[in-house]
Amino acid sequence: MHPAPSVILFTTLSGAGFGLLVFLGAGFPAVTGWVAFVFFAVAYVLAVGGLLASTFHLGHPERAMKAFTQWRTSWLSREGVVSVAALLVMALYGAGLVFQGEARPVLGAVGAVLSLGTVLCTAMIYAQLATVPRWKTWLTPVLFLALALAGGALLAGQVRAALVLLPLAGVVQLLWWLRGDRALARSGTTLASATGLGGGEVRAFEPPHTGSNYLLREFAFQVGRRHALKLRIIALGLGVVLPVVLLLAPGTHVPAALAALSHLAGVAASRWLFFAEAEHVVGLYYGRRGG
Amino acid sequence: MKHHEPQIDTSPEVSDEVRKTTCYMCACRCGINVHMKDGKVAYIEGNRDHPVNRGVLCAKGSAGIMQVNAPSRLRAPLKRVGPRGSGQFEEISWEEALEIATDWLGRIRKDDPKRLAFFTGRDQSQSFTSFWAQNYGTPNYAAHGGFCSVNMAAAGIYTMGGAFWEFGQPDWEHTRLFMIFGVAEDHDSNPIKMGIARLKERGARIIGVNPVRSGYNAVADDWVGITPGTDGLFILSLIHCLIKAGRIDLDYLARYTNAPFLVNRDSTSPDYGMFLRDAVGTPQVIDRVTGRLAPFDRPGVRPDLSAIHREGHITHKPVMHLIAARYLSKDYAPEAVAERCGVPAERIRAIAAELARVAFEEEIELDRQWTDFRGETHQTMRGRPVSFHAMRGISAHSNGFQTARALHVLQILLGSVEVPGGFRFKPPYPKPVSAHPTPHSKATPDSPLDGPHLGFPRGPEDLALDDDGNPARIDKAFSWENPLSAHGMMHMVISNAHAGDPYPIDTLFLYMANMAWNSSMSTNRVMEMLTDTDENGDYVIPRIIYSDAYSSEMVAYADLVLPDTTYLERHDCISLLDRPISEADAAADAIRWPVVEPDRDVRGFQSVLIDLANRLGLPGFVDEAGAPLYTDYADYITRHERKPGIGPLAGWRMGRMGLTHGRGAPNPKQLQSYIANGGFFVKHIPPEAAYMKPWNRAYQDWAVGMGIYDSPQPYVFDIYSETMRRFQRAAEGHGEHQPPDHLRERLKTVMDPLPIWYAPLEHDSVDGDEYPLHALTQRPMAMYHSWGTQNAWLRQIHGENPLYLPTRVWQAHGFAEGDWARVSSAHGAMVVPVAHMAALNPNTVWTWNAIGKRKGAWALSDDAPEATRGFLLNHLIHELLPEKGDGLRWANSDPVTGQAAWFDLRVKIEKVAAPAQSQPAFEPINSPVGKGPDELRWKVGK
Amino acid sequence: MTALPDKTERKMGLVIDLDTCVGCHACVVSCKGWNTENYGAPLSDQQPYGADPSGTFLNRVHSYEITPDDGGAAQLVHFPKSCLHCEDAPCVTVCPTGASFKRAEDGIVLVNESDCIGCGLCAWACPYGAREQDAAEGVMKKCTLCVDRIYNENLPQEDRVPACVRTCPAKARHFGDLGDPDSDVSRLVAERGGFDLMPEQGTKPVNKYLPPRPRDSLQSAETEAQETWLEPVAGEAKGFIAWLDRALEKL
Repeated sequence: MHPAPSVILFTTLSGAGFGLLVFLGAGFPAVTGWVAFVFFAVAYVLAVGGLLASTFHLGHPERAMKAFTQWRTSWLSREGVVSVAALLVMALYGAGLVFQGEARPVLGAVGAVLSLGTVLCTAMIYAQLATVPRWKTWLTPVLFLALALAGGALLAGQVRAALVLLPLAGVVQLLWWLRGDRALARSGTTLASATGLGGGEVRAFEPPHTGSNYLLREFAFQVGRRHALKLRIIALGLGVVLPVVLLLAPGTHVPAALAALSHLAGVAASRWLFFAEAEHVVGLYYGRRGG
Repeated sequence: MKHHEPQIDTSPEVSDEVRKTTCYMCACRCGINVHMKDGKVAYIEGNRDHPVNRGVLCAKGSAGIMQVNAPSRLRAPLKRVGPRGSGQFEEISWEEALEIATDWLGRIRKDDPKRLAFFTGRDQSQSFTSFWAQNYGTPNYAAHGGFCSVNMAAAGIYTMGGAFWEFGQPDWEHTRLFMIFGVAEDHDSNPIKMGIARLKERGARIIGVNPVRSGYNAVADDWVGITPGTDGLFILSLIHCLIKAGRIDLDYLARYTNAPFLVNRDSTSPDYGMFLRDAVGTPQVIDRVTGRLAPFDRPGVRPDLSAIHREGHITHKPVMHLIAARYLSKDYAPEAVAERCGVPAERIRAIAAELARVAFEEEIELDRQWTDFRGETHQTMRGRPVSFHAMRGISAHSNGFQTARALHVLQILLGSVEVPGGFRFKPPYPKPVSAHPTPHSKATPDSPLDGPHLGFPRGPEDLALDDDGNPARIDKAFSWENPLSAHGMMHMVISNAHAGDPYPIDTLFLYMANMAWNSSMSTNRVMEMLTDTDENGDYVIPRIIYSDAYSSEMVAYADLVLPDTTYLERHDCISLLDRPISEADAAADAIRWPVVEPDRDVRGFQSVLIDLANRLGLPGFVDEAGAPLYTDYADYITRHERKPGIGPLAGWRMGRMGLTHGRGAPNPKQLQSYIANGGFFVKHIPPEAAYMKPWNRAYQDWAVGMGIYDSPQPYVFDIYSETMRRFQRAAEGHGEHQPPDHLRERLKTVMDPLPIWYAPLEHDSVDGDEYPLHALTQRPMAMYHSWGTQNAWLRQIHGENPLYLPTRVWQAHGFAEGDWARVSSAHGAMVVPVAHMAALNPNTVWTWNAIGKRKGAWALSDDAPEATRGFLLNHLIHELLPEKGDGLRWANSDPVTGQAAWFDLRVKIEKVAAPAQSQPAFEPINSPVGKGPDELRWKVGK
Repeated sequence: MTALPDKTERKMGLVIDLDTCVGCHACVVSCKGWNTENYGAPLSDQQPYGADPSGTFLNRVHSYEITPDDGGAAQLVHFPKSCLHCEDAPCVTVCPTGASFKRAEDGIVLVNESDCIGCGLCAWACPYGAREQDAAEGVMKKCTLCVDRIYNENLPQEDRVPACVRTCPAKARHFGDLGDPDSDVSRLVAERGGFDLMPEQGTKPVNKYLPPRPRDSLQSAETEAQETWLEPVAGEAKGFIAWLDRALEKL
């Protein structure tokens, strides 16, 4: 799958942003006034910025409002609805903290749940796709949630929570990769099932057109195995190991900020791999092991 | 949950108007419905009523809209201002262009007409262009048949009075076994696909013989991945098996072929190898009824295939004895040929058995009474449902003529030609050699030629030689080097003109022939010849006029460019005088007409020729007072008469009682009638005349009525070719017309009157150990020659071409996806991308034809994949064989017909690092039409 | 509405015969022509005359090579592929705007282009690569089964079939109601063992594919039936003439 920067940016940033909102909604840290404003500003910049980035890859962003209509069936529509709900609820909650210095715990709890729900919806957009066996697993929402919560904890300055959530996310990430590497083979989808041809070894002879097309650009991206392994190490190193080390280091603000940045970079690398290694089954038709 | 759906307009207006004309996206000539919106072409589909395609249309045809609007279309006449080959031109007016051309052509005609070489490429108006050339007076005219498939056409005509494609077709409705040789997408594109579909529906078997298993061969039930150039040997082995088992149709052979003709077998006789003839020249047979000599065609005669006749001390044996003696030889046993053919002996036997089984076990009879030329009435039409088709794969070898003849003899021995279930002719075929003209080449200043250029020599006396016995034509067609070159030899014109062999020329005038690129052997050398200068700095070929609709590679090499229209902007006729669109059950012809008007300053080439003829005052085009007879091509199509009552179009002529078909006076409204009928005319053959055509009185009479013959022309098939024997006899030293000594031995071999096989000439002159691989091209179904490249839709399908390598070669050299290779022949080397193909003869490599393009041509960007990754195999193929040290220029052509031997090519291969682009690479030429747009959002309607 | 209809009145679709398809691309270009001029936005082409020509096509013909397990000659299969109009079309349910829908009356899966935001998720959800987003228009394009032809009262009855079916020279494409067991297409599927692509994806495609028939059975004349057809009548020319005389007597 083509690793589109807009989508990588979106899932990385909005994941962290909504992760932060979860903590803020739950009252960690319990802040008010200007401090609360800064926290909320960071959360909204990340969440809304991520959402906006996601519209860059749309053919018709001006029609984006239509995406709120199909929440009954579409996880993408649900993501839109839930994210807006989360942002509205958290705005009310945040306004209370910033302007009135007053926490409304029920509102915060609802906002936190909606924020978590947003991340879940995002993850389900991918996890629902049988066409990408690597994604189609309950581990995908767990991974997204774990990374969002770990990132949220980091941004929220919840060191102890982060020290638990980061390794947890790392473990989930490892499990996800391990499972994912065998997912296409286990899915039962092969060139033989794709073509229904048998009686021997089936090989894609040549693509239908010598010219390129949308499908090849979108799905046929392939990443070398050694390159992928390198990136996985970077993703885990920056996303989990380095932040943990920084959190354990002396000092407060600077290492914490560095830890958060490192984590976001690590998650971005993970997301790049998430798409680049996706192996969409349509790639089989084009002679790829998967797209 | 209720299901909501948007409302869709399921009945939109399709178009304002449908205009029906004839496709020209390849040579298949299908009928098309051109849907118009706001006066523009909106959509093209097949015409359901049309006899050729019955509504279907191939990828090329459907992409016509991109051709008619291609940015590569020439816009106005061009005069060269830079050096030749640079592509630097200035646009000039038509008046200036025509004045220049008239000046050049007028002077040549007055002094020495043969100094004009006028050759047309994929011309579909050959009866017109040849008429022009004949009246101009140059002997140097032909179309592209010589580098296309003349072997197929000539072998068919000389053997049975017709060949495949436009000459005939399998009986799709009845055949049970269909065998194809060397067929890719070259010719008859849609009818073959439709026919294969029909066979599949009926459960008939298809056997594909081709080194490459693509296209039709991929859907064939059985694939014979034969070694290139050995088809003839394989066919003769099938013949061996069939004769040995007596699985031949003796009744058919006795009645309808020259198998019973008596041949002089006395090697001391001057008539050795010639037929025994009576006083009026009719070949003699022994009549089984009387046991005595009789002319073969006498009513009631039952020719004997076996009886020997002695006259004086001379023994005459029937051809059948010669056939048996030759093909029962162990040389043709499956075991003897298997290795060379790359086909196991038991497989050859299995195929022979299946041919025999289907031909004789599944014999069919149609309940149709008919009367043969000897006056015998038959209650039924008996058929052997085995049919064959072949094309360039066997044609484009230097043994292609004899191979094609072997194939025809195979189907004749099975009794499957012109019978139900077999191969059937399409009017105006069957047409025996005797009904064709002989070649003419005598040029006289200021006068027409002494007759039609092209024809079928009956013997050495018909060769196109001057008084000294030298070739009279610039291409050396109809010379001792290739006596039966019935379509000319366009591939030799530039090479010979450059060498001044047999003489230099003044002006080269080409139409629709991309000789500076894919239509030439050894393209890189041809480009040099076109730009080569003599010691005075003048071009060796002094003047070049070229007409094309598009900015092809050849345009850059012209001094004067006459821009043609696209196929939807012009008049054309697909004539029974030429290469019509008939079906086995019907005579048919068709027109093109301007369904849109050109938006550029271009003119149909045929109308331009008429204008030039009028300016030059050519006979046939002006009356005795010098006044023009025709204003343009449409006027010529309507009013020209080749013979009284016979014009270019057979439909809707004027009879005494009103409109008639076939013979009749010109009808000024004829084109309107064609347009009203969908652009074509069909006249069905009555059922009792639809088979056995060469011998069927009902057909012969019908053909006379249609104007196809002037009188009935029944004939029998020439298994034994007396014409070829005449040339062979001359080579043996008999007769007044004698070949040069250096050609005697070759002629003795290749002019054998019974089909033989010999190794392709290049295989003899090139070291097979050094160049172990055969190299071929095939034409992709979605692309036709170079034209497709400018087509935005088609070039996405075939925008580059790898060299396909068989598994054995792929593995031996350690190739991987994305690799490149150096491919070398005895003539040159190139570096190209490679791809793996398992369904391929293990000693063969191949690629698609004419995908590679020169930078700057066809309005493509210089970095187009056609120019950077595509390539032409032509660079490796020389028009001459490697030098033999005798100082002679030996053409790389079939020694019988002069057919360009494209597929004799031998190469070697090695893996190399990927270059920046395929090699050889050439400098970009300047595009006289600029470049195409960056995006297409094509929609004519709202 | 991106909910799938509970059931459709008919299941209109294509049956593609892999035994017969010669790989000519006629269907590809006919489709391009019709759908450029008709339903929705034109199918655009980027760099149509440049280095990387790339356009929107709703139907493409792949090719696959089979190397038989039994050591026989390799085979080539041409493989046209367009939208299969699945019963459980995942492309429809993922659509966030309702632009993608499956018609209840005939099961055709369409994109209502004015609602399409061009997110591409439906293409991700399709295992077959049946959807291509148009680079110029920014909306998703797909096979409409020529919904603007098959009911079009401006076309003669016989032309009310998809453009690809009408143009296919090899009759490798058949159109009809696969929900009706008595339809020609359903019978064809039953007779020839028509199959689904990627059945394990659970999409329940309406379009079916017919397998190539077995190839290359004429390998040797060892069988008795074949041997009789090649039983020699003579060893060499002389014997043949004797046979010829006898045979001619019988004529």
